[in-house]
Amino acid sequence: MKIPDLTELALRNLRESLLRNSLTTVGISVGVASLVAMLSLGIGLQQLFSRRLAKSGLFDTVLVTSRRDVRGMGRDRDDPSGPTPAESRVLDESARQEIERLPNVLEAYPDIRFQPELRFEDKPYLEIVSALPASAKSNDAFEGMQGSFFSSDTAPEVILQKTFAEKLLGKTPARGIHETNVADLAKPLLGQELTMLYSQRAPSSTTPLAPAAGAAAPSDVDLIGSTYSVVYRELKLKIVGISDQDPESMRGPTRARVFLPLKLAESLHVIQPADLREVSRAAGNQPVYSSVSVRVKNPAQVQLVEDAVKKMGFGTFSILDASRGLQQVFRVLYAFLGIFGSLALIVSSIGIVNTLVMAILERRREIGIMKAIGASDGDVQKLFFAEAGAMGILGGIVGVVLGWAIGQLINFGTNIYLKSQSFPPEHFWAVPWWLVALAIGFSFLVSLVSGLYPAGRAARLDPVQALRYE
Amino acid sequence: MTTAPVVSSARGTLAVRIENLCRYYSMGETVIRAVDGVSVEIHAGEFVALLGSSGSGKSSVLNLIAGLDRPTSGSVVVQDRDLAKLSREELAKYRLHVVGMVFQSFNLIASMTLSENVELPLRFAEVDRSQRASLAREALERVGLRARMNHRPSELSGGEQQRAALARALINRPQLLLADEPTGNLDSHTGTEIMDMVRQFNRELGMTVVMVTHERALAERYAQRMIFLADGKLIDDRANASAVVDSRERGGRP
Repeated sequence: MKIPDLTELALRNLRESLLRNSLTTVGISVGVASLVAMLSLGIGLQQLFSRRLAKSGLFDTVLVTSRRDVRGMGRDRDDPSGPTPAESRVLDESARQEIERLPNVLEAYPDIRFQPELRFEDKPYLEIVSALPASAKSNDAFEGMQGSFFSSDTAPEVILQKTFAEKLLGKTPARGIHETNVADLAKPLLGQELTMLYSQRAPSSTTPLAPAAGAAAPSDVDLIGSTYSVVYRELKLKIVGISDQDPESMRGPTRARVFLPLKLAESLHVIQPADLREVSRAAGNQPVYSSVSVRVKNPAQVQLVEDAVKKMGFGTFSILDASRGLQQVFRVLYAFLGIFGSLALIVSSIGIVNTLVMAILERRREIGIMKAIGASDGDVQKLFFAEAGAMGILGGIVGVVLGWAIGQLINFGTNIYLKSQSFPPEHFWAVPWWLVALAIGFSFLVSLVSGLYPAGRAARLDPVQALRYE
Repeated sequence: MTTAPVVSSARGTLAVRIENLCRYYSMGETVIRAVDGVSVEIHAGEFVALLGSSGSGKSSVLNLIAGLDRPTSGSVVVQDRDLAKLSREELAKYRLHVVGMVFQSFNLIASMTLSENVELPLRFAEVDRSQRASLAREALERVGLRARMNHRPSELSGGEQQRAALARALINRPQLLLADEPTGNLDSHTGTEIMDMVRQFNRELGMTVVMVTHERALAERYAQRMIFLADGKLIDDRANASAVVDSRERGGRP
């Protein structure tokens, strides 16, 4: 029999015992729905995590350090091909520019990070300050920020992280209450002045051998023949923004909660730990950095860039390894969710077997007639297969819709809960097209397997017996 | 689909050759000899009645000729093919293209309309949809049911149902029409109508007809030859003079 004929006959037969076949199909759709719901939850959660991590700008960022600083920082240790610390290069401005010229690199900016004294309303605070490039404006980490981003890359302006803003206002949140409204913090702080006291590294204006006697250089540091002066400075900064997110959460305790524009921070020549160690190796008067952040065009190219930077003799670190571990976790999660989801489908496949075996008993005579007028065993078998398959596909389609609806419902409900806990709503349910195809295909396959036994039994039916049966 | 026409000049040649045919069923310890050593030759274009009381084995012989059943021993040869040696697949093809069957209980499929019932064999023969529809219409036209083609069997009288069954049996233009008590569920008037139709096909299309019946009167009226069975054995085989007289031409029997 031709496929269209087969399909037509199968659908007709399914319509004949509408209730029974509908119930069986509903059984399949519940199975498919549970599979879809489970897997889409897994996929949605993974996407949520990926989105969160991508937002933080961690996935497309490679942290480059002079190898000396990253000794013992994981995989570099076991990398015999890499240069030994002795051959490692100094991370200075020329190195930064070289890195920036690497393919796939969007930008490379120095990590300027120091701990000055900050004065707000005459109260001193010790806080880590870091510099942000102008590109950080588009970073999702500053999504939901109150106020505005820096007006220019050199403006004497500052953005505060929410927790520091709370500290400034003496508003330490009570235990249990997780969130304070950023807008409440922003109102008294935006436009206010913050004074930063820091030590500036000024290159010795005269010869290193004979420090000039003058008030301009209160103290001179002489380090292995190289000399620079340290000048205490003070800078008034305007608070322009309060960030809700924690853009440096990956750095743990060393994360900064106060942010300056990059060019401004560079111009300050604040003394940095790297200065003491690297200044002697620096060529000429170039600035030396303790680390450089490299932004890669695409998270997929992180590995390439990392390799290229390593070849240059620097240490690198990216979140890639961490994300690999995460992928592993999600793969296990998928497997579990998939197994549980499939269980329901397998149970419903027994329903198909039952329905079709019943149908054989009921349609015994019909099978006999078909054989008497020329149907081959194969024709009868294919017909039952087609019926099973049609139930599988129909159940699959209904199931996908049902699973999607269940997901939406749970997502909706969870968001109501999140909202009541003053968390932002999340979209943690995703039904990608491949899952739709997979679910329907799987349902079809399971139903065909279920049809195997009934179809074989129908095909082997003895027509003489079947026709005698009343 | 077998397109070979039923040639009337083939009369006189053998349509079915049955040799020492046996079909035993075992019911626990006992063996039932439904057909026990029957040998018969049926010529092309003949109208043969198989007569006997119930349990005589006449239906079993018909099922064996139809290729619905396989003999325990002996052979049924149709068109030089020994049915006992055909595979299940080949037997299905044989039933599809060579044999048309009508039954006492009509055996139309209740969920299908008349035209769908009639074209069902064409589906198995993988005939194109458009061609199927016109062939079904033609066949129903022939049995006078053109107007009823979209009705379901349950909406029809017994006689109409049997006519539809005849149309279905003829749709693949078989050489052999096998009828198992075709009038058993019909009143005598309707039965006559159906039998007239069968005889018409026998004459006009040159179709060989083998009819199982327990009504001797019916056989005497329509069949050219009557074969009597009892306890699975052939007990009599004779020409039917009255039917022959009825015919416009002589049957193929020598």
